[in-house]
Amino acid sequence: MTSVEQGLSAERVVATLRQIGITHVVWLPDSVATFMYQALAAEPDLILVPVCREAETMAIALGLMMGGKEPICLIQNTGFMESGDSIRGLVLEAKAPMLLMIGYKGWRFGQPMTDSSGVYLEPLLNAWGIRYYIVDSEADVGMIAEAYAEAKRNEEPVAVLIGKDWQR
Amino acid sequence: MIPSDAIWETLARRRGNALVVPSMTSVRNWSRFSTDPELDFPNLPMGKGSSVGLGLALARPERKVIVLDGDGALLMNLGSLVTIANMRPKNYLYFLFQNGIYESTGGQILPGADLVDFAAIARDTGWPRIYEFTEPADWEARVDEVMSGDGPTFVGVTVPPTQPKLPLPARTTSQAYREVKARLLREDT
Repeated sequence: MTSVEQGLSAERVVATLRQIGITHVVWLPDSVATFMYQALAAEPDLILVPVCREAETMAIALGLMMGGKEPICLIQNTGFMESGDSIRGLVLEAKAPMLLMIGYKGWRFGQPMTDSSGVYLEPLLNAWGIRYYIVDSEADVGMIAEAYAEAKRNEEPVAVLIGKDWQR
Repeated sequence: MIPSDAIWETLARRRGNALVVPSMTSVRNWSRFSTDPELDFPNLPMGKGSSVGLGLALARPERKVIVLDGDGALLMNLGSLVTIANMRPKNYLYFLFQNGIYESTGGQILPGADLVDFAAIARDTGWPRIYEFTEPADWEARVDEVMSGDGPTFVGVTVPPTQPKLPLPARTTSQAYREVKARLLREDT
């Protein structure tokens, strides 16, 4: 099967979010995660909070978490890079068990990347000490729940990198 | 202009069980007035107070959420006015302390300090309630009106620079996050 045929199904990802108790998706739609948009919007148990710039997502999510809700942030890797001070000053300083779902623009399913937004993502996560899982096929979807459990257990942020063939 | 102390003191008296997100100069000063520090989340990253407040307001629609922010910080997260207007949290009150300078870094003039009309931006992005105060008597006369009604509510206050510059609170972001969360959970049970 090709990577596209093995590709993630939006319904499966959204079902996983529902199963692990996510209440809010704080997001800025991107070219990778856009395949999930309709499924997210159609899910009655999820509240979508669209933002104007990605750095808002972590701040809003932190507020939601203090209030007892279970949000995730859904942004593209370029937006993750834009969000530096939010990540540093809120997520890492608060030691918040936040699940960051990051669209992996530039990901080539394990092949060498040429897009800088892809090239720098994992080194940046490593520099910040943020553990991550790459989810780029249906077989990997279970990692979302694992990542969320790890965040809760260790009281720290964990990232799920969504590798979707975004050009199709 | 209205001395910032007058705003902080009045809000502290009238907050009830509101959550408060002080940011910028308010981070250094709100603790002098706060009547319930366990419900305060001091926001340190510039510009993010408005967004943290939105998250709290969405999570806790039964409580007011009061954000105390600076004009330099709002410039760094101007889009948050749209994000907030779009979600329309009725319990959200945003106080913008306006003095046209980056007070935290030594008083440098903001870009566009004589051009920007933040209240107009809020109005044109659909905020339903807009207030602007430049005189203490006007603030005291209308504070009850400001604190009531369905928001989100934008309150622009023209203030002088605050002196002296106090140190940051000792309470860490991690401590504040956990204390606010635990307090809200305790009150739920």
